[in-house]
Amino acid sequence: MLLKFKDDKPVYIQLAESIEDDILREIFQEDTKIISTTEISVKLKINPATALKGITILVDEGIAYKKRGVGMFVSKGAKNKIMTKRKNSFYESFIQPILGEAEKLEISKEEIIEMIKGGKDSEHN
Amino acid sequence: MNTIKVKGVTKIYDSKTTAVDDASLTIEPNKIYGLLGRNGAGKTTLLNLMTDKIFPTEGEITIAGLNVNENDKMLASMFYMMQTDAYPLSMKVKELFKWTKKFYVHFDMDYASALAKKFQLDITKKIHELSTGYRSIFKDILALASNAEIVLFDEPVLGLDTNHRDMFYRELIKNYSQKPKTIIVSTHIIDEVADVIEEVIIINKGKIIREQSVENFLSSAYVIAGREDKVDKYLENREFIIEETIGALKIATVMESEKNKNEKLAKELNIELSNVELQKLFITITR
Repeated sequence: MLLKFKDDKPVYIQLAESIEDDILREIFQEDTKIISTTEISVKLKINPATALKGITILVDEGIAYKKRGVGMFVSKGAKNKIMTKRKNSFYESFIQPILGEAEKLEISKEEIIEMIKGGKDSEHN
Repeated sequence: MNTIKVKGVTKIYDSKTTAVDDASLTIEPNKIYGLLGRNGAGKTTLLNLMTDKIFPTEGEITIAGLNVNENDKMLASMFYMMQTDAYPLSMKVKELFKWTKKFYVHFDMDYASALAKKFQLDITKKIHELSTGYRSIFKDILALASNAEIVLFDEPVLGLDTNHRDMFYRELIKNYSQKPKTIIVSTHIIDEVADVIEEVIIINKGKIIREQSVENFLSSAYVIAGREDKVDKYLENREFIIEETIGALKIATVMESEKNKNEKLAKELNIELSNVELQKLFITITR
């Protein structure tokens, strides 16, 4: 979970995204407990209403669920759900900024493709 | 519920200094409020009025529908952490814990002792032997352990070092999570309190200029930066405040909802858009 918030997005959205990251990395595993909203607010020094709002996003999307009196849990299939969602927004979140920066630097699409290929190759070296 | 209503309140000192000017506010129960203002903006006067320490020149303040000056019962369930030392300076910390218990029956002695230990406050010391920071800590502990339904803090981190400020805000959140209550934190150190508070009240030169959720406050403006002529073009027919001009670079805060920002135009003009921070926006509107 991130410990420092940036200013580009509301805190509750950053919180939800960082918990998703932790689910993707299997720090929080399916059907196990996520730390409580109280723990989140104290640890991150954020208002409990903000923490609750972040968690509510995850509940609404079926990524987390509440067990009365016990706490928040990661849903079954949460990791897949997050992966599908992130894949759908991959173009917007990652490719578009690359294309925008490339345009400023007058880098052609072909050059970008070469770079990606090169990057993959160099991983094997 | 214990809603606090401030209705058209004005406070004039010595029939010449207007400290609070026609202020109207609604403090809803069980939320954390930040009362923000520059030095001398009227924060303390407003808190003194809410707690019936002083009387308004005009207007009235009610808690749960009753006027504060006829609402003794409610005042007993309010704890006001004041900047001034309202305690006998020759008394020891532990004696004052016991003394507080007499006035606030729900005062949690064990919690107060645990907090004192945590903050390394020596409870055998007399108040006048404490440093500025520890006097604040002492008063913060009283407020946190008071178990009052409404807790008002006037500059709770005055003189506290970074570690203690950090501890205080964590303790405040923990306390609030375990027993929800109305909390008002008056401070001019805004950065640290930005994520802690849910609602923001901004007072400037005695006037309440903003009263809204932090979220709405932050989305009520955004920042643009770009070449001077292009920024000017974007700002046409928009309400704005110029932040800075560095050579040909111009930075401005646009005072309109984030939702109304014109990303297409910004892109055409090669202008960068960004969100505002609580502290920056505060500085902008209280200059």
